[in-house]
Amino acid sequence: MALKRTPLYDTHVRMGARMVEFGGWEMPVQYPSGIIEEHRATRNHAGLFDISHMGEFIVRGPDALKLLNYATTNDLGRIEPWQAQYNFFAAESGDVKDDTIIFRFPDYYYVVVNGGPTEGDYQWLEELAKKYNVKLENVSDATAKIDIQGPEAEEILQKLTAVDLKPVTFYHFTTGEVAGVTNVIISRTGYTGEDGFELFFPAEHAEHLWQTFIDAGAKPVGLGARDTLRMEAGLPLSGADLGDNGRDPVSAGFGWAVKLNKEDFVGKAALQQIKEHIARKWVNFEVTGRGVARPHYPVTNTSGEVIGEVASGTYAPTLDKNIGMAWVKPEYAAPGTEINILIREKPVAAVVRPRPMYKRQA
Amino acid sequence: MPNNPTDLKYSESHEWVKVNGTEATMGVTAYAVEHLGDMVYAEFPDAGTVLSAGDIAGTLESVKAAADLFTPVGGTVTARNAAVIDDPALLNKDAYGSWLLKLTLSDPSQLDKLMDATTYDAYEASQ
Repeated sequence: MALKRTPLYDTHVRMGARMVEFGGWEMPVQYPSGIIEEHRATRNHAGLFDISHMGEFIVRGPDALKLLNYATTNDLGRIEPWQAQYNFFAAESGDVKDDTIIFRFPDYYYVVVNGGPTEGDYQWLEELAKKYNVKLENVSDATAKIDIQGPEAEEILQKLTAVDLKPVTFYHFTTGEVAGVTNVIISRTGYTGEDGFELFFPAEHAEHLWQTFIDAGAKPVGLGARDTLRMEAGLPLSGADLGDNGRDPVSAGFGWAVKLNKEDFVGKAALQQIKEHIARKWVNFEVTGRGVARPHYPVTNTSGEVIGEVASGTYAPTLDKNIGMAWVKPEYAAPGTEINILIREKPVAAVVRPRPMYKRQA
Repeated sequence: MPNNPTDLKYSESHEWVKVNGTEATMGVTAYAVEHLGDMVYAEFPDAGTVLSAGDIAGTLESVKAAADLFTPVGGTVTARNAAVIDDPALLNKDAYGSWLLKLTLSDPSQLDKLMDATTYDAYEASQ
């Protein structure tokens, strides 16, 4: 199957990006500046990300809230219009099908999902929707998404829009004109641990807005640095940190986004049981020996017994440490616990750390 | 067209070798480093390790990926570059100035199988 391309594909190639496959999409993993410099540009200034591979669905109709509250683990009844919520689609087993951010507009919901699972998520929602009076629309192909993240993100975006950004607080959004493009969804959310915004708008304006932000001083950042930034910030990658085989949101520590006291939802029974018997937990760790942890490396205790597996791992440029996230038996989940990561069959010392490992100065 | 140093020999897996009598100094090419990205980790076998041509002779890791280093020539490891182990980013600054291993060659005729700079330039361009 041919890889999908975002409306900014040609722009990335022209900027010298290295393009790689990610979830069925051909995406920039880095620009010539390199992952470490792109990571630092986001932490210290403003990074610009093409996230157009992510999917967007509109759910409207009298039963929109009912359907979405059945399809997701969090309670959308708790948010007001112009507010967004982090949420999960769970399987009946309780495993994470995908994580999502759902935006409540006055008269509909806007559901944002990961790029790879977009089609599957939509078909699944369509199937569930048969029992509800709703209208679903998949606007993924028509929609581009650019994130601007970092301490200078607000200042740069504010120069390009008349919308007052100050009242748009974390996990809130508004719509307005940005650099001549009308009806842009402007959301103070992100995946980097920095202040910043995610913008959604019609795909035909992608190149214009991208170039406008570059000209205004934002630095292009690829998926490589997006990954190192989110790991430092302790944010999960769906499909790696969360997903099949018991990588459910309750065991992962996202119980705050799983409302077991709301009406029935997909996965509720299983997640209730899991909550009573947590078999594994999702932890952050720092490699204190020499080596870089990578996904699927086994985790052992100091006696050499296998107690888990690495889900994500990297060199963390801001922390200047090798860090990662792993699924381990619960008795090894407390911060300070000494564990080993098997790197090419050799045990390398690591320590469980509190999450997140990086927190920006307020 | 690439322009790799003419005093080195090159392997298809993008290592370079510099020969001085029976001593070989090896590293990885600028192409390999460019391809891997920002280097963050390096490890090599201890001095005294005996390697055959084609053996794994260490690991290089960038932020994004881990890659095995292969030795294109057999021999006994005599030295590792501690500066690169301490600061793998040296490879990004200068791949040809940052040697990785020195070996005493077990069979200098293995050098004949390696590419000269002109051949490697063309090979790199075809990758």
